[in-house]
Amino acid sequence: MKKYTITLLLICLVLVAGAQVRITGSVTDNRGRILAGASIAVKNSYDGGLSDSTGHFSFRTTEKGAQVLVVTSVGYKPVEQAIQIAQEPIEVNFQLKEEISELKAVVVTAGSFEAGDRKKAATVLSSLDVYTTGGANADITAVVKTLPGAQQVGEQEGLFVRGGAGYEAKQFIDGTLVNNPFQASVPDLASRGRFAPNLFKGTIFSTGGYSALYGQALSSALIMESIDIPDRSEATASISPIFLGVGLQKVASDKKSSLGMNYGYTNLVAYFQIVKQKPDYFKMPQLHNADFNYRFKTKNGGMVKYYTMFGSIHTGLRRPNIDDPSLKNALELNNTNWYNNLSWRENLGGGWKMNLGLGYSTDHTRILQQIQNAQNQAVTTGTPWIDNNNFNLKTRSDLSQIKLVFDKRLSGISVLRFGSEYQYFYNRSNYNNLQASLTDHFKSVFAEADLYLTNALAAKIGTRFEHSSLMNKANIAPRLSLAYKTGKGAQMSIAYGVFYQKPENTYLYATTNFGYAKASHYIVNYIKQTTLQTFRIEAFYKAYDGLVKTTPTYFSGGKGDAKGIELFWRDKKSIKGLDYWISYSYLDTKRDFLNYPKELQPTFAANHTTSLVVKRFINKINTGFNFTYSYATGRPYYNIMQSGSSYTIADQGKTIDYHNLGFSFNYLTSLGKAYAVIVGSVTNVLNAKQVFGYNYSHDGSRKDAITPPAPQFFFLGLFLSWGVDRRQDAINNNL
Amino acid sequence: MKPFIIILSMFFVGHLTAQSRYETGMQKGLEQFGAAKSAEDMTAVSAFFERIGDAEKDKWLPYYYAAQTNILVGWMNPKADKDKLAEKTRELIDKAEAIEKNSEIYCLRQMVAVQQMTVDPMTRWQSYGAEANKALENAKKADPNNPRIYMLDGQTLMNTPEAFGGGKAVAKKLFEKSIELYGTFKPVSPLHPNWGKDQAEKLLAACQ
Repeated sequence: MKKYTITLLLICLVLVAGAQVRITGSVTDNRGRILAGASIAVKNSYDGGLSDSTGHFSFRTTEKGAQVLVVTSVGYKPVEQAIQIAQEPIEVNFQLKEEISELKAVVVTAGSFEAGDRKKAATVLSSLDVYTTGGANADITAVVKTLPGAQQVGEQEGLFVRGGAGYEAKQFIDGTLVNNPFQASVPDLASRGRFAPNLFKGTIFSTGGYSALYGQALSSALIMESIDIPDRSEATASISPIFLGVGLQKVASDKKSSLGMNYGYTNLVAYFQIVKQKPDYFKMPQLHNADFNYRFKTKNGGMVKYYTMFGSIHTGLRRPNIDDPSLKNALELNNTNWYNNLSWRENLGGGWKMNLGLGYSTDHTRILQQIQNAQNQAVTTGTPWIDNNNFNLKTRSDLSQIKLVFDKRLSGISVLRFGSEYQYFYNRSNYNNLQASLTDHFKSVFAEADLYLTNALAAKIGTRFEHSSLMNKANIAPRLSLAYKTGKGAQMSIAYGVFYQKPENTYLYATTNFGYAKASHYIVNYIKQTTLQTFRIEAFYKAYDGLVKTTPTYFSGGKGDAKGIELFWRDKKSIKGLDYWISYSYLDTKRDFLNYPKELQPTFAANHTTSLVVKRFINKINTGFNFTYSYATGRPYYNIMQSGSSYTIADQGKTIDYHNLGFSFNYLTSLGKAYAVIVGSVTNVLNAKQVFGYNYSHDGSRKDAITPPAPQFFFLGLFLSWGVDRRQDAINNNL
Repeated sequence: MKPFIIILSMFFVGHLTAQSRYETGMQKGLEQFGAAKSAEDMTAVSAFFERIGDAEKDKWLPYYYAAQTNILVGWMNPKADKDKLAEKTRELIDKAEAIEKNSEIYCLRQMVAVQQMTVDPMTRWQSYGAEANKALENAKKADPNNPRIYMLDGQTLMNTPEAFGGGKAVAKKLFEKSIELYGTFKPVSPLHPNWGKDQAEKLLAACQ
């Protein structure tokens, strides 16, 4: 028996205290750069080590004979190597190949800014930023205006991007076009966007060179993605002197579906009593907004979302008539808008995905304008250019659309995307009982590939084909962009693309004998980014062709170009607790369009625009303070008059520089069981004079400055939310 | 008879050493864990636990400790790229969960989400905060008597503004609950997670 005990002991000894052999070596990546922190292990044993900051490793092992070394490092493909362990020390060097992954891969960023909570090179704003930008009053467009490329245009709504007019920028929600993204407005007054920022989890502001999935926007696309199932159920209420709102969002207990509804009522009666407005409002602006959403997850992890919104606005205002200051133009506006969006995203398996978007919207506007005398009685003067201001205009604008996009995963993370879109536009106009209507069956087919050649090099190649039945014309728009990683957190992108847009309805009512307006974009950008800092510089050139001309006849003969340089810097790091961004845009653009007698810098383009946005949240007092300062050099204005058959510039000039300092604070607290946020904001804190342009009288002898209706806008509101927070419930049940 | 006994005893020895290899390995790992002074030491401990996990294939504890120590690396080295570390931590947690899903592992998910949130809390609390809460919810479902859940929850709430339902008063209740549970908590084995009591007591003291 003793013998066995000895054998047993011996076996134990050998197993426990075998002779140790040293294994050393180094780890680099496939470009020969040092890889620190890689793990080296003898397979199926506990022995191993880590590579140090010089890429070297060294460890001892008790294993013997034929073994396998495994080297792993996050983001790299593991490598295995067979070794023979005897008495001698072993040296092995490894080279690891990078894995192409979505987290590490370079992203095409030329021309695009992203707001959202995903960590990507294009992401410069978070969803929260939309609420906490001073003076922006939680209007997505106002926040986007603090980014490079956008102009500070205050006399009409829309995004004026890189020398483009407001109608050359389009908005998309979950892939489909939004026909009337802004509240209906009266001339010379800008209106807000229709959609509340909390509807969206991500927004991409493209200042050019955007994807082939989108079209019909010469200069810019604002692409918004709505949220899926919210985290929790809640009831909300908003109270302010101008606005009352209630909302309810219910999330099913299995978190597979949710439904919600909101109602808001805006009335400016009280506000206009306190803050004097330049126009004389005989109908105080009143707005109703109601929306409803229903979202559910499908069996295979897909998502169906339905959103509908109904909005109406009614207002009436009097302003002096420019030709005869003793008379007034009294304008009354009635608008209703119903918007519907249904989207379905589904994983089809085998690397296939589908995105289906359906949309229907209808917009009805009625504008009634009268010439009135000092006693506010309707008058007829007999002077045609004054009496022309008496009109009754009814318009209806409908859009029904369907868009289907398929995604096919190629090798690695490369993706091929293709699909088709059909839009049915129906527009009807009644001008002083003069009827006209337009219908357009607009079809497009598109394909696009995101190709990741390595983590450092990516390309996006796409083409779009479009056909309009109204003009009976087709176009093919190629798009191409490349991104190359130049170092850690640094990358360069270039983009080229051709973009087409059909003329606005105003001109199509007169004749459909137009071609598409065309813009070719060339963009180069460089980004250096860490988690808390972003630096971006971008240069672009755009060539316009086929812009709408209204003289001598209506035709697509306009042209022009735009070039510029833009800078963006965001920093949350240098000054503790302070978050700020600066953007600067230089723009040099000229175009010959509409009735311009030659190529001119358009009235909506300033040469230099800059914004500084500063935010600070002070934890001790639960309050955030936000400032936004925007500056733009003066914009040109022209009085273009007809003399015989030609148009000439009778007068021209430049407006004064634009300054706007916006401020807002948000104080977080609780009221009873509700979370409460008190928001206060002021635009144009310094009360700077703002002139957006000039209106001319018929004979050109008088010009009136276009200014905001009041120099400042004040807002104070209380936002309450009663969260049905399951987490709190869970805690309470367990205590 | 003789050969039979030899074979039998070798079998027995083989089995014994396999058991003790894991146990001694884990004990060695836990000792190193206790002795780790720097982020580098902690990284080495994490790698060691990961190697045990890779070699054993059916044990979740090595991956659990590998993930826990990797999270600690992030706290010990303020300059560490927490997103990159989290990528590794999540990989380790995934490996542990592939073997067994339990309350302790869900707690790790909360810890890694909280660590990533601290990179840019103002922007990230919405996404990472929700993820952390979800993880604790799951942890509670799996084992409501795990004292670490309440300690971790309290820790986050303590640093959450009162306006968002946080604050010391709320946190205090949770720490008390946690300490009460630590009183009766018995780890399944000496190798199972049994940490956090001191921390809970310190945090409770800070709430007084």
